[in-house]
Amino acid sequence: MELRKTETYSVQQMILEKKSKKKINMEKVMPKLLFLTAAISVFTTIGIILTLIFETFIFFDRVSIVEFFTEAKWLPFATAPSYGIMPLIVGTLKITVIAAVVAVPVGLATAIFLSEYASEKTRRIIKPILEVLAGIPTIVYGFFALTFVTPVLRDLFPSLDMFNALSPGIVVGIMIMPMIASLSEDALVSVPKSIREGAYALGATKLETTIKVVLPAAISGIVASIVLALSRAIGETMIVSVAGGSTPNMSMDVTSSIQTMTAYIVQVSSGDAGYGTTIYYSIYAVGMTLFVFTLVMNLLAQFISRKFREEY
Amino acid sequence: MNMTLTREKESPAIEIDNVGSAALTEKVYETSNLNLWYGENHALKNINLDMHQNEVTAIIGPSGCGKSTYIKTLNRMIELVPDVKTTGQIKYRNRNILDQSYKVEDLRTQVGMVFQKPNPFPKSIYENVVYGPKIHGIKNKKILDEIVEKSLKGAAIWDEVKDRLHENAYGLSGGQQQRLCIARCLAIEPDVILMDEPTSALDPISTLKIEELVQELKKDFSIIIVTHNMQQAARISDRTAFFLNGEVIEYSDTNTIFSNPNDKRTEDYITGRFG
Ligand SMILES: Nc1ncnc2c1ncn2[C@@H]1O[C@H](COP(=O)(O)OP(=O)(O)OP(=O)(O)O)[C@@H](O)[C@H]1O
Ligand SMILES: [Mg+2]
Repeated sequence: MELRKTETYSVQQMILEKKSKKKINMEKVMPKLLFLTAAISVFTTIGIILTLIFETFIFFDRVSIVEFFTEAKWLPFATAPSYGIMPLIVGTLKITVIAAVVAVPVGLATAIFLSEYASEKTRRIIKPILEVLAGIPTIVYGFFALTFVTPVLRDLFPSLDMFNALSPGIVVGIMIMPMIASLSEDALVSVPKSIREGAYALGATKLETTIKVVLPAAISGIVASIVLALSRAIGETMIVSVAGGSTPNMSMDVTSSIQTMTAYIVQVSSGDAGYGTTIYYSIYAVGMTLFVFTLVMNLLAQFISRKFREEY
Repeated sequence: MNMTLTREKESPAIEIDNVGSAALTEKVYETSNLNLWYGENHALKNINLDMHQNEVTAIIGPSGCGKSTYIKTLNRMIELVPDVKTTGQIKYRNRNILDQSYKVEDLRTQVGMVFQKPNPFPKSIYENVVYGPKIHGIKNKKILDEIVEKSLKGAAIWDEVKDRLHENAYGLSGGQQQRLCIARCLAIEPDVILMDEPTSALDPISTLKIEELVQELKKDFSIIIVTHNMQQAARISDRTAFFLNGEVIEYSDTNTIFSNPNDKRTEDYITGRFG
């Protein structure tokens, strides 16, 4: 009480005055603004999916869905067109498998090296390099495949066609490798030190500890990173358009020209298929199939990392 | 387990005589003139300590006095810390373990460790116990099954987990996890078990179980235990070393330390006047 008398101002008084001066209540407005922004992105997504669905329905009005999935030929430009998506799916899967063969071992090895063996200094050099690698526009990768990797491969295997599955497959692998490396490294690093110490204390070597304790402990994160990276490989467009060719086929041969789902969409979109033609609608059906593929992969990745998450 | 060596039960009368009891048992560890630096920080200063077979040796002292540092040099876990320097020697069974030609994996196969916080692997109970034997090349399923049962019984946790051996170890309570870690350590039949505050994260009942277990285990193993709990040291150990600021202030029979300490600082510490 004594104190208050000597004060020339009251803090409480000032707070009250300040409060009454505020005209708009930010506490109430901000959440609404934020919600609106979030809603915009949700509605955009819903809009895109709805368009995809509607146009796909129109396509299936003209081409039977059974033919779409069972026919072995994709010949939309022929005089007697055939719409069997399998060759495009096979093309996509070939690229994905080759990319996985390249990216999984290299990405995983990089992740293990970075988290378990590299010194802080080495890590600080390699990590930004990986990030740069992940930031290169895919069109650059595409021309890298066409003008560098393909000629090198053709020197090694003269029977290789100019457009083939092998070269873009490898380059897609290089493209997704940093993603596997970086996400897997996060998973490995989050395995607590105490668990490693438990293994060392039993006389395990560094390698035994890494392979038999750390890797299994981080497996859910690692698998999720691989699935996510492969879903990017499935959706990858520029590299396969530039270096893969445009010959849909069902063969398992990787040396000859192929076409993926994405490359077909690019081919039609950049060509002059008129609005309303069956070919025009076919890109929606193909797009829808592609969307289902990547959606399933993403859900799978989420499921794996949630279901098998280790609680240390 | 190492059944060939059974400790003679000593009468308390003999225990009071430090020299007398020392003569009875073989030494597992002989530390002489050990110094350790973390970078510039001189954490252990001229340590001289001998540890005996089939005994429980307690290490007590206030926080930051170097207890963990010392126990971690005994199995060279300290090497995981970058920039650590040591001088002097630690003989384990007459060989200097600080000699870099001593393979650290061999040492840790002989000297097991139980940590302050239970640290089971994120695997099944069964896999936790067989991890050690497996990395050392034991693959026979029948032998592994036997090891699991024997180790879990040895760690007094068998009855609680025998029906859920293939469930994840993280489903166990903290006290059970700690006993599982002891079982994991017993599975490779070590010679010495190092324990760094093994009960500090546990409730009183789990603590009691582990204390009883330590009493049981010393028949077959030599145990070195760091503890903050003075009553615990008094209850379960044969010898006690009192550390202060990186030095051993006093080391003798537990009875002597607690009933008749030589050094004023030891007395102050055990009577709770500091630390
Ligand atoms: N990893 C490390 N790096 C640098 N200094 C360390 C490290 N670990 C411990 N120290 C230092 O060494 C000294 C002894 O630490 P230590 O952990 O051995 O103490 P302690 O007796 O086990 O303490 P507490 O009872 O709190 O566990 C302390 O001064 C500590 O700061
Ligand atoms: Mg400690």
